[in-house]
Amino acid sequence: MDRIAFLLATGLARGLVIALFALSLVIIWRAARIVNFAQAAMAVVAVFVAFAVTALTDSFWLGLVAALVAGAVVGYAVERWLIRLVPARTPLPGMIVAIGLVMVLQAGIGIAFGPQHRPMAAPFSEQPFTVGGVPVLSPYDLFVLLVALGVVGGLALLFNGTTLGLQMRASAMAPEVSRLLGVRVPRMVTLGWMLSAAVASLAVLLLVPTELGLNAHSGDVLFVHAFTVAVLGGLDSPVGALVGGIVVGVLISLVTGFLGAGLAPIAVLALLTLVLLVRPGGIFAVKEARTA
Amino acid sequence: MTTPAQRRRAVLVRSAVCTLLAVGATFVLDSYANYQLATIAAIFCATAGLTLLVGLTGQLSLGHAVLMAAGGYGYALTAAPLADAGVEGVLRILGGLLGALVLAGAVGGLLGLAGARLRGPYLAGLTLALVIALPAISTQVPALGGAQGVGVPFEGVPDALGGVVSIEQWHAWMAVLAAALAVTPLALVRSGRSGLRMRAVHDDETAARLAGISPARVKTGAFVAVALAAGLGGGVLAVVTQNVSPGAYDLAFSLLLLVAVVVGGLGSIGGAAVGAVLVVLLPWLIDTGVAAVGLPSELEQRLSGNVAVLVFGALLIAVTVVWPGGLSHALGDRIRSLTTRFRPSRTVPQQLTER
Repeated sequence: MDRIAFLLATGLARGLVIALFALSLVIIWRAARIVNFAQAAMAVVAVFVAFAVTALTDSFWLGLVAALVAGAVVGYAVERWLIRLVPARTPLPGMIVAIGLVMVLQAGIGIAFGPQHRPMAAPFSEQPFTVGGVPVLSPYDLFVLLVALGVVGGLALLFNGTTLGLQMRASAMAPEVSRLLGVRVPRMVTLGWMLSAAVASLAVLLLVPTELGLNAHSGDVLFVHAFTVAVLGGLDSPVGALVGGIVVGVLISLVTGFLGAGLAPIAVLALLTLVLLVRPGGIFAVKEARTA
Repeated sequence: MTTPAQRRRAVLVRSAVCTLLAVGATFVLDSYANYQLATIAAIFCATAGLTLLVGLTGQLSLGHAVLMAAGGYGYALTAAPLADAGVEGVLRILGGLLGALVLAGAVGGLLGLAGARLRGPYLAGLTLALVIALPAISTQVPALGGAQGVGVPFEGVPDALGGVVSIEQWHAWMAVLAAALAVTPLALVRSGRSGLRMRAVHDDETAARLAGISPARVKTGAFVAVALAAGLGGGVLAVVTQNVSPGAYDLAFSLLLLVAVVVGGLGSIGGAAVGAVLVVLLPWLIDTGVAAVGLPSELEQRLSGNVAVLVFGALLIAVTVVWPGGLSHALGDRIRSLTTRFRPSRTVPQQLTER
């Protein structure tokens, strides 16, 4: 019983980071109707900037701000100078360019910083509190939980409660009509990319202290998990991403705890396959996925 | 207009000529170059399929390395018991390749069933998850031997050819023959009826359905055909390297296959061949060049591998943005414009069959 409680708590903390990254995929899907395969690599670039800032100033918080800003800048640069040049009639060229971008960014980081993992310190203790003799969440996990909930709340407010969010949704769903109605569609798409890359950077920044450390491939597995989550929840639904993230996090944690760490990737693959085959649009999708 | 029979004959002649040329080339090349030729031929099996899959049916598979790995494991798992039973030589190779085809075909069939239901990014994501899970799968299934992989029995030169050809040359022959056996059917599919169906499904599924084509069947069929070719390539690569391990078939290798087909030109078999040559020779050239410059060892370690990936990524982006259609189309258009200048009256086939 203790063991289950501990595994559930760990899974919750891990799932929140995955959910945060999945949220960034949801944002970009809502803003531009694409799945950005370069999300993890772009986020890792931003986190390297944050790492440098933290190393220089000795402050985690400045690093956090730097990650958000750098993420937004990377998102802006990629959308303006790369994605805009790609023919958008079918999703295929966009996906291929994103994969090319992954290769360029990861190889660039590898050349600049080498293959070793750079450890990052967490701003709070990672020693879990014990409740009734059972170790549960650590202060750092609580911090991650608060950040994730804050981001979800903020995004819900942005997309559903503000004119800007309405414009962003409108330009994603019906770009031409929105343009006729006076929405600056290209600006909205760029904004979506910036927002999404910033959230992704935040997720990777929160992940790194709990893992081996920072290197070019720090975000790879997170991307696969987050993609699973985004598909599980439906690419259109922030709440789905949050719930899906927690489900996947708990699943990974339980499988790791009871069956061994080696089975976790297979469990994720099985879950993804099952969901895609049973409900290709995702569990929380309100309507069928768009065909183009 | 060419008739289907003429097109078929043209494909057969072309593949026979290419096979003979490649076999002839093994006599001129040194042993390392022959080893590289064998690798290129094995990779060509996979890229020829991938180019059809992405270019004709529009299904983006990021896990093509897994299909090759399935072929390799299929070979290893069949050849080892055959070796224990005392079967030797060509018979063992054929048995092993049969195992490669069965396992790769099974994996491809499963992926094809998924691919029939999924659209672009979802299929890409699923195949990505599969290739990431491959090391875990190989650790969990005891027969696959974990990270070290499985050894493959050594195949020496048959007695009849002993003294005439070297071992690398013999392996190169096998790989070239396997490539011919894998790619010729794909080329026939591409230029025939099934290719037409694939293009129809890719262009407009609803219209294809109205014309009596089942998109699900076409997509699944395409995946199986492509998986069989990739499995043959994986099986032959297992013979050449005498080992199958998950490390050799990681995400980076999968992406390299994608680079090969995009740079060569999606949908073009010739482009897939050029791409296969590129992904084998370019990293080797770059690493040789880096080593020749004589940089400090730490820097050289960082550069090795990464420079090639950087170049390939940049190529992938540049070709997609600047030169959609890849090398084969860019060059093909030049040549076609030259020939039409001299033969202007010939009727041009409709866009449905030739792109």
